Amino acid sequence: MTDIDGAIEVETLHMTMRFGAFTALDDCSIHIKPGSFHALLGENGAGKSTLVKCMMGFYHATSGEMLVNRKEARIADPKAAHTLGLGMVYQHFTLVPSLTAAENLVISREDAPQVINWRAERAALQAFMAKMPFQVPLDQPVRALAAGEKQKLEILKQLYLGRRFLILDEPTSVLTPDEADEVLGHVRKLCEDGIISVLMITHKFREVTAYADEVSVLRRGKLVGSGKVSDLTHADMAAMMMGDATLAEPGERTGGAGAPVLQVQGVRAQDRSGHKGIEIANLTVHAGEIVGIAGISGNGQMELMEILTGQRALLSGQVLVQGAPYGASRKEAFSNRVRYLPEEPLQNACAPRMSVTENIAFRSFDVHDGSKRFWLSPRDMRDRAANLVSAFKVKTASLDSPVQSLSGGNVQRAVLARELSGEVDLLVISNPCFGLDFSAVSEIRARIMSARNKNAAILLMSEDLDEIMELSDRVLVMSEGRIAHDTPIAEADIATIGHYMGGHA
Amino acid sequence: MTDHAAQAPLALPASSRVLGQVARRAEAVVLPVAALLVGFAVFSIFLLVQGKSPADFFALTYRAGFGTAFSWQNTLSRTAPLLFAALCVALPARLGLVIIGGEGAMVLGGVAAGAAGVALSGAIGLIALPLMAAFAMIIGGLWIGAVGALRYYRGVNETIASLLMAYIAIALMNHLVEGPLRDPESLNKPSTAPLPTPLRVGDIPGWEVHWGLAFGVLCCVLAWVLIDKTTWGFAARIAGGNMRAAQVQGLAVGPLIIGFTALGGALAGLAGFFEVAAVHGSANASLASGYGYTGILIAFLARHNPLAIIPVAILLAGFEAASGLTQRRMDLPDATTLVLQGFVFVSILMSDTLYGRFKIFTPERWRTGDGK
Repeated sequence: MTDIDGAIEVETLHMTMRFGAFTALDDCSIHIKPGSFHALLGENGAGKSTLVKCMMGFYHATSGEMLVNRKEARIADPKAAHTLGLGMVYQHFTLVPSLTAAENLVISREDAPQVINWRAERAALQAFMAKMPFQVPLDQPVRALAAGEKQKLEILKQLYLGRRFLILDEPTSVLTPDEADEVLGHVRKLCEDGIISVLMITHKFREVTAYADEVSVLRRGKLVGSGKVSDLTHADMAAMMMGDATLAEPGERTGGAGAPVLQVQGVRAQDRSGHKGIEIANLTVHAGEIVGIAGISGNGQMELMEILTGQRALLSGQVLVQGAPYGASRKEAFSNRVRYLPEEPLQNACAPRMSVTENIAFRSFDVHDGSKRFWLSPRDMRDRAANLVSAFKVKTASLDSPVQSLSGGNVQRAVLARELSGEVDLLVISNPCFGLDFSAVSEIRARIMSARNKNAAILLMSEDLDEIMELSDRVLVMSEGRIAHDTPIAEADIATIGHYMGGHA
Repeated sequence: MTDHAAQAPLALPASSRVLGQVARRAEAVVLPVAALLVGFAVFSIFLLVQGKSPADFFALTYRAGFGTAFSWQNTLSRTAPLLFAALCVALPARLGLVIIGGEGAMVLGGVAAGAAGVALSGAIGLIALPLMAAFAMIIGGLWIGAVGALRYYRGVNETIASLLMAYIAIALMNHLVEGPLRDPESLNKPSTAPLPTPLRVGDIPGWEVHWGLAFGVLCCVLAWVLIDKTTWGFAARIAGGNMRAAQVQGLAVGPLIIGFTALGGALAGLAGFFEVAAVHGSANASLASGYGYTGILIAFLARHNPLAIIPVAILLAGFEAASGLTQRRMDLPDATTLVLQGFVFVSILMSDTLYGRFKIFTPERWRTGDGK
């Protein structure tokens, strides 16, 4: 343990990071006062992670310097950052699930002895816990803890290791709104008591206004604004994040719901772990409506997607499309005009090493004027790809480039181009905008909305509640493998939805 | 290109597009060749450590494998089974499956051909030979197709399953030729009854190499057409590139997996048929001579491209043909050729991590204006 006491002050001066010709971070100076809760806002690719990686010693900044407690600090590697009392809490948990909280804490120490005297350690841990403003049960395996408890333990671990400046990387992305409030409330308390200073990377304005006292905004690697949170509105922050980029508004909603297209009736299946069940009593999507399914990840959304794509066997029940049983074969999908946009398109909808042309051909390579093809037509594939790439503005060095060389937004555009061309009757979507930047997000949402207005039935699963609220005609909440809540958008209430997401029925 | 594409922002001058494609393909040639050379280099160190001259080794290998008409004949007759064995690896590899048990399908195909030959001994060659070949292909196809089915229905690792099934196949072959199918007159080396002359596969006229070579080359070309030019091959490439994406596209992944593994097994079975009908004249333990394993190395060196298998198989056949002479002349242990193959294999597996690392092979590098 280090003997640093009290919150640490950290300041970066003109920090710049170049990767080859690309400038990821450009002359960025931010100042985190001791005991402050500082939020770092920015789109994907704005340079937030580059900045904190430079601070933690994962990267070495091309130029610029860093002050820790007003003294110049050269941080060669993360170990050096730790010695200075700097720590980081990652988006995903870094705890060992099969060990208890106590074991996780002790083994994370760099000076953990070869032979551990558990009696002494336990006494020390209890004394440490007693001093903390919040507690986590020490003797349960971490696997048994809820997500919020795990995140609290991650923060306690940093304190236990003597870190007094914490970088939190989207700490609430896997938490329910209630859990997020609890964890961030504790963090704010620790800051107010002068125990730590915090720099939190986030996308959520609500968390910034509710908990942070200062904010810095990055755009394209540059610091474009900072100040006291109390002086800024959400609109100000959004304007700083997006700059002068104009966003495509989601199109007007036109027309109402028509006949049912997708019906899931009394479906039961096993989940991925094989321990829990998925039970969907009744789920109907009508033509010309977007049904949004909200929920924390891991509550059966992936399994539902697999059921609808025919990758998961049903124990009972049935899936109907246009009133007829549907098994998701290529023929059925083709004749019913069913399209899928799985989450993380590079991993789930593309062959990463195959070319853009080939990936765009996945849905159409074997049909020609409605009949089956046996011989491939490279010429047709190429023409089609060239048309779609320009119509959907996919940025790629060439049509022959492997699709994995494209940026995330352009992979998603290429997949959208493939799946949204032609007539669509049913579209099943999962987290379409995950990890994409603002302009790509608004464009993709506009395309989804326009498919709805062309009378497609759309099932949208998303962990992003804002996305659900923006696009849906009807909102469902999925929790523990079941549809826990069902409400028209006009009556949807964020707080109620949040409660159902957290499993509070 | 159509008019539309010509207006698209992406449209590049044809020359730089062609250069880009050439660059992309060059990667698939340059890296394996470099890996082969690295393997040879490490093997040379192995020879030097034993006080032998690598120069002598390679010169002798060249003479014994490729130097004379006679050595070419020897090399090419060994090429035939290697072509089929490599296809048994390369076809499933397009689906992302690593099948290393082609030896088993080859051995059982040989036994099937030998047994069919005994049953058909009265028939004329024109009828009996296709039947023997078909029987060998069915048995081989069932054997490796079973590996594909285990993989698809039960999630059994296909690499381990195919390897273990090869041992079972060899044991089964020994049981059959020493037991139920044994010709009582085969004393020292238990075999099936020798095939009558009309049931033997002869040489390609003017070549003194049996017809297996011609069929092997033909199968390589057909396999290339299947993979590169047909929608089936494209579906297999999608499944090999990303199984989940293929399933989301509704492609029938199960039939693809079982079909491609069975086809690979059938070709390995055909190799067994040629070994029996053209080389040994009856089925016996000589069938398990390791061609199936050398086929793995060939397929990997050829990047699972059926056309590239042809030259690579000839090269490796040359090394095998020369092994006896070089080992005797240079007083090296019998396993020396295996050591060479091992070094080349490790080197080729490591080269797999280098794809996409060199800018010179990317199409972007060759866009007009960017390239030199």
